[in-house]
Amino acid sequence: MPVTESDEDATVVGATVVGATVIGATVIGATNPTAARSRLRQTRLQWHVLTSNIMQKAAFGFIALLCLTAILAPYVVPYPAAIGGQVSMNEILEAPSWTHPFGTDEFGRDIFSRVLYGVRVSLMASVIVISIAIGLGSAFGVIAAGVGGIVDEVIMRTTDIFLAFPVAVLAIVITSFWGGSLRNAIIALGISWWPWYARLVRGTALSIRERPYVIAARALGTSPLRVMFSHILKNSLGPTLVLASLDMGAVILMLATLSFLGLGAQPPTPEWGLMINQSRTYFLSAWWYMAFPGLAITLTVFSFSILGEGLGEVLNPKSRGQG
Amino acid sequence: MEEVLRIRDLRVGFEVYRGFVDVLNLGELSIQRGESYGLVGESGAGKTVLALALLGLLRRPPAVIHASEMRLGGVDLLSISPKELRALRGRHIAMIFQDPMSSLDPVYTVRSQMIGVIRRRSGVDRAAALQRTLEYMRLVELPDPETIVEKYPHELSGGQRQRVIIALALSCGADFLIADEPTRNLDVTVQASILKTLYRLRQELGVSVLFIANSLALVSAMCDRVGILLHGRIVEAGTVREIVEDPMHPYTLDLLRAVPRKGETLLDDETHLVEVECHSGCWHFARCRARGPVCESAEAPVLLPISETHVVACVRAATAPPAILADQPLGLGCVPATTGDLVVPHQAPPGDS
Repeated sequence: MPVTESDEDATVVGATVVGATVIGATVIGATNPTAARSRLRQTRLQWHVLTSNIMQKAAFGFIALLCLTAILAPYVVPYPAAIGGQVSMNEILEAPSWTHPFGTDEFGRDIFSRVLYGVRVSLMASVIVISIAIGLGSAFGVIAAGVGGIVDEVIMRTTDIFLAFPVAVLAIVITSFWGGSLRNAIIALGISWWPWYARLVRGTALSIRERPYVIAARALGTSPLRVMFSHILKNSLGPTLVLASLDMGAVILMLATLSFLGLGAQPPTPEWGLMINQSRTYFLSAWWYMAFPGLAITLTVFSFSILGEGLGEVLNPKSRGQG
Repeated sequence: MEEVLRIRDLRVGFEVYRGFVDVLNLGELSIQRGESYGLVGESGAGKTVLALALLGLLRRPPAVIHASEMRLGGVDLLSISPKELRALRGRHIAMIFQDPMSSLDPVYTVRSQMIGVIRRRSGVDRAAALQRTLEYMRLVELPDPETIVEKYPHELSGGQRQRVIIALALSCGADFLIADEPTRNLDVTVQASILKTLYRLRQELGVSVLFIANSLALVSAMCDRVGILLHGRIVEAGTVREIVEDPMHPYTLDLLRAVPRKGETLLDDETHLVEVECHSGCWHFARCRARGPVCESAEAPVLLPISETHVVACVRAATAPPAILADQPLGLGCVPATTGDLVVPHQAPPGDS
């Protein structure tokens, strides 16, 4: 059984030259499979699919770098003082140079430091947004599918109401009610984002609900709640994770949008959208002020959407050959 | 003898978009303690629906269930709450499902599935649950349980998976087991060895079994009594010997003839469960080989006793049985002989891969 599986994988992935050697090794490894080893083999295979495409490799590398930056930001930022409200009047709006690679802003703060620190702000905020969305969405989705009937109807019509508004509009409305702050923007986005996850999880859960193993679990007297959360939900998480990684980019963009409109992060937080907003005044004289935060947003969003596509391929073996 | 299961006038149907589909209409069914009852019928006859109805696993609506009596080991299944019914599942009644390939949750190892069920059911600690898991895995003749217990379902063969499922079903001490085509999708040698295991377990543990299958051969090897199910109705029931050696209902004859034997043309049945304009109350009328003018009555034939244990729902069989058998040369002696060989109790089975 494990051998045939890897055989399939080998033929499919074999299309990429680099892959052949890796896969060959795993097939040999499969002759003596222990649970741990075959899991490792599978992980390696998925890793391989994820990094077989040059674009995906680059995107993956960039995101890894971003994550590292986000974690280490306080230590790697060259001018930690630039993150706060420090003002150095003698180096206002300086063009990029060796001392300030991305130039400085209207308060003389190092833009490179601020963009670097912005990684931390953006990633953390969007991870929280996605977590809220997945948490609410998958709970409601699995309950809708599992309980059915009137509960399903109520939850799904609620998502319809939410989905009737574009996310941006909904988030803008919520934040303008609560007042603009990064925290409120995060909560607002989480609230406007969950219906997508609820629908996705419900759809997947509906098909998983009728799988023999779910009925078998019920036949063994497993409680409905446990069936819902540890059997149905756990099996419907695959597509959710793909959606999450695709959404990361969109959430980052939306957070930047809200900050740009003054409804998200407030100065002096080094948030990319906010920085672009502040740079508008100096756009004609200091191109670097707007360009670098914008570039950061673009690259990050782009990388996440490529990563999402890659993950989709990993989780859907049928699409591997065509990639 | 003590009755484990007793069903009277069970009717199950489904509300569908265009109306109501009547799926099951059982007059009477009772299973004694330690007995194995075989239920045979083609796909769509309502076998699985019966099993799910017994476990209370049919979603209502669309399912509609009516019964005069439904008792399991003295518990009235009709009056207990869903919670009580859930407590019953696994503890007194367990089910082995059709498809071993998909009856185990793919995201958990065998170990966590079994330990989880055992712990929730009997409240023992992790170590004791693991102990019991291994015990049951040995009981169902899984080779090397210490290795298998760490694996994910996709890493196991069909036979191994089905054994894990049997172990899972028995692990909470169920005394009534529903085996719904437990050997489907398995090749014949594995099938034989799984059946042997089931047969041995039944004798060792004294569990009663409702064995569901679509082949009389399997059932006659496993069971004491057999019921033939057609369109949700039992058309013939009796001991295995009576059904196999002295079948009365034309459909039973068809089932027996459907078992391939050397030098004999197989039954070719063109009209398989198609909707035929029915002029008769008899469900088998449309494809019956022994139908006659007497069958064209409007009423459905009722189960009539042939002997103390043998009943049949056929107008002609009850009035003139030999007339049916006369134009049906069958050579039935073969069936019990071949199936008798299938099960050799108390013998180590060949390891299935």
